[in-house]
Amino acid sequence: MSYLTITDLQKHYENYHALRGINLSISEGEFVVFVGPSGCGKSTLLRTIAGLESSTGGSIELDGRDITEVASSKRDLAMVFQSYALYPHMTVADNLSFALRLAKVSDAEIKEKVRSVSASLQLDALLERKPKELSGGQRQRVAIGRAIVRQPKVFLFDEPLSNLDAALRVQMRLELARLHKKLGTTMIYVTHDQVEAMTLADRVVILNAGQIEQVGTPLELYRQPNSRFVAEFIGTPKMNLIPANRILRNEDTLSIDIFGQQISFPANRLKGPLPDSVVIGIRPEHMSLVETDGDLTGRIELVEHLGSEAYAHLQLSSDQTIIIKAPARTELKDGQEVCIKIDTSELILFNENDRVISVIPEEA
Amino acid sequence: MTLNQQRKLKTILTGLFAWSVALVLFFPIFWMFITSFKTELQAISVPPSLFFEPTLDNFRIVQERSDYIHHAWNSVVTSFGSTIIALIIAIPAAYSMAFFPGKRTKDILLWMLSTKMLPAVGVLVPIYILCRNYGLLDSKTALVIIFTLMNLPIIVWMLFSYFKDLPKEILEAARMDGATPWDEVVKVVLPLSVGAISSTALLSIVLCWNEAFWSLNLTASDAAPLTAMIASYSSPEGLFWAKLSAASTLACAPIVIFGWFCQKQLVQGLTFGAVK
Amino acid sequence: MKRSITRLLMAPSVIMLLVWMIIPLSMTIYFSTIRYNLLYPGQNNFVGLMNFEFFITDPGFVPAVSNTLILLLSVLIITVVLGVMLSALIDKPFFGQGIVRVLLISPFFIMPTVNALIWKNMMMNPVYGIFAWISESLGFEPIDWLSSYPLVSVIIMVSWQWLPFAILVFVTALQSQDTEQKEAAQMDGATGWHIFRYLTIPHLARPIAVVVMIETIFLLAVFAEIFVSTGGGPGYDSTNLAYLIYNQALLQYDVGVASAGGLFAVLLANIVAIFLIRAVGKNLTV
Repeated sequence: MSYLTITDLQKHYENYHALRGINLSISEGEFVVFVGPSGCGKSTLLRTIAGLESSTGGSIELDGRDITEVASSKRDLAMVFQSYALYPHMTVADNLSFALRLAKVSDAEIKEKVRSVSASLQLDALLERKPKELSGGQRQRVAIGRAIVRQPKVFLFDEPLSNLDAALRVQMRLELARLHKKLGTTMIYVTHDQVEAMTLADRVVILNAGQIEQVGTPLELYRQPNSRFVAEFIGTPKMNLIPANRILRNEDTLSIDIFGQQISFPANRLKGPLPDSVVIGIRPEHMSLVETDGDLTGRIELVEHLGSEAYAHLQLSSDQTIIIKAPARTELKDGQEVCIKIDTSELILFNENDRVISVIPEEA
Repeated sequence: MTLNQQRKLKTILTGLFAWSVALVLFFPIFWMFITSFKTELQAISVPPSLFFEPTLDNFRIVQERSDYIHHAWNSVVTSFGSTIIALIIAIPAAYSMAFFPGKRTKDILLWMLSTKMLPAVGVLVPIYILCRNYGLLDSKTALVIIFTLMNLPIIVWMLFSYFKDLPKEILEAARMDGATPWDEVVKVVLPLSVGAISSTALLSIVLCWNEAFWSLNLTASDAAPLTAMIASYSSPEGLFWAKLSAASTLACAPIVIFGWFCQKQLVQGLTFGAVK
Repeated sequence: MKRSITRLLMAPSVIMLLVWMIIPLSMTIYFSTIRYNLLYPGQNNFVGLMNFEFFITDPGFVPAVSNTLILLLSVLIITVVLGVMLSALIDKPFFGQGIVRVLLISPFFIMPTVNALIWKNMMMNPVYGIFAWISESLGFEPIDWLSSYPLVSVIIMVSWQWLPFAILVFVTALQSQDTEQKEAAQMDGATGWHIFRYLTIPHLARPIAVVVMIETIFLLAVFAEIFVSTGGGPGYDSTNLAYLIYNQALLQYDVGVASAGGLFAVLLANIVAIFLIRAVGKNLTV
């Protein structure tokens, strides 16, 4: 059953249409991540759910109650802000208990809740400090603690890790995942970092220009993007996109012409009619370098060694560059001519409107 | 000379220069202070005497002749009174303009500031006549009202520019924590603004304390603050420099010392936060 | 929050300032069109623009307007130019910086009446003043500042009061200047003068705008310094508009002419304000 239901949500600014009809339903206990490039509306969507921005159309329903017009203070949501937004004039303990004190919870109960939250976040020793005496990671923990202590219906996170350094970010990411497991509360998380989205989410919502581009589990998005936008947005390094000119159908295979070299593709994987031209998408790990008998040939431009693996940047005969994942100890040399073998079962075709026109077969 | 020595020399020269500028600018105040401890004869001696036996007679005479305490009390009442009233009026206005700005907010602020550009002489006559008709000439009430209105635009501006710089996310966090607008102001905005409100208050007090136009024109003796008392020493009844200096020292000392303690906030405040 | 509540919160300030502006101003306009002399009560008939004619043809009018503008411009130039130069020179760490700051700002806290008295008597007195003593020690004839150079004397007093403010604002602003930017310029071979001209001055544009605006507000209304020191004289040599109107109203009891003068002062202030707010307004973040 849907816990949080968003129906045709609109947000107009004076001369800017930030949310163009968002429809989304989130189940109880789900961890949903909104991701997209800057300006796509992900933060606006979160802030509209929080009630910090008013919507100009549509509705939001939480646990059977329409909260579209309810003040943020009465929505029973908690939010962790990018800047943490701790109250600088209050101690950590006061920051944690502020909401409870406003709600006139009894002193004994407040004390107990602050104690248990601070214990679980390792804040016990810091309770009497002011925010400015804390490190970035500690502030982050206080901000999270402040949200947890209220036991809200939904947690909202607005790019909470973006002010932390890389190492701390990985650590906090893990802690958030653990926290979600432990509390089981619904969480909505906004980020522009697709790694955070992939690692944390039960479901990822990809936004683009104020609209939902695709919703799905991280793996679905990775393997079966609906559009070129999603395909390019998810995955590092990016999916390779190669324009192809001619497609020939013979019996049950399609033969795609890439600069005079042919790749064949099972015709039953095509959905819809056959377009004149397509862009083929293939991820770096679905190609390999072979001695002979490749689908394409190219010249190595640069090899990036990451230790556990390597990425070879190749130039095709058309000057197009593609990236291929190679074994860690590859002996490849710059300038070397190589053959490329494509795993055609992972090939994705996009039409001229950048929509997907192929189906990836279910894994056996 | 090594680079290091060059740098040291530069620091020393900068220091010497800064000190000489400061001392030259401070000299008149220093001289006023010194003179207030001289006898009248020492005060006008040529060449000026720097070493003498200090006397406190002048201060005693000033108190006897002009009742310093009475005028100082007037200054305190008018400065603090009008500052408190102005703050009470200005805080809600600045709050609503900073956190809930409308299309007209900027116009309203500029209009407020433009009332400061209105020269006092332009309205001197009507105000004088209004005060006369309502029996408010030479009353502290009139001064408090006028000082309040005089400083209101600056106070609104200063508070506005401070409130505007408060991180909005903190207020949003409070809202998410279930704070009503009243909670927001009382439990978050005001505690965070103690510094700004006090430096605004300080500036307003300084401006009131030193205000001379209205004090000179609307008061005679009963309500005359220190600025007006000092002006009475300008009449050429002979050379009373030592007493004049003593009176001046007494009139300025409270506000100068007050200013020393909060000069940093004052400058920041007076530039409407434009200079950090 | 509701629109109406925001309005309600602003209402006291707006209404009070509106009343403070409109009532006296309309009274001034009314008075300026009638014969109104406190020495001859009961003869308040309408005279049209006669008061304006009297005020503008008053022998003090032209000197008062020009003195007002000269005073404004000279003090602005002195405080801004000296302020920028001095602050750039002392914007480095040195011994006793805190004390220097405190000494520097002090004149700003001195009330105008005391300011005028100190300068008039102890500094500028032709017989016993410090200036006289200095010129005599150097073998010059002492100058009677207040009677020979009355306007210059007033300019000195007012500048003394406002220079510290300018210095302090600029020093505070310079502390926020990007040191990496200066270092980059040094690496690029910029001299001290280049850095001052191309980095420091642009950085100070906003603070300068602020200083000009605040000083203008106060400088157009200089009154106590003149009242206490020169009394506007000799002749009209140091009379500004504020002092001339005061003279008409409270010394000659001619409310009608004083009101006409007041309106003229308002007009002048508005002309200055239009230029100023246009130039400075965009520099003040709203």
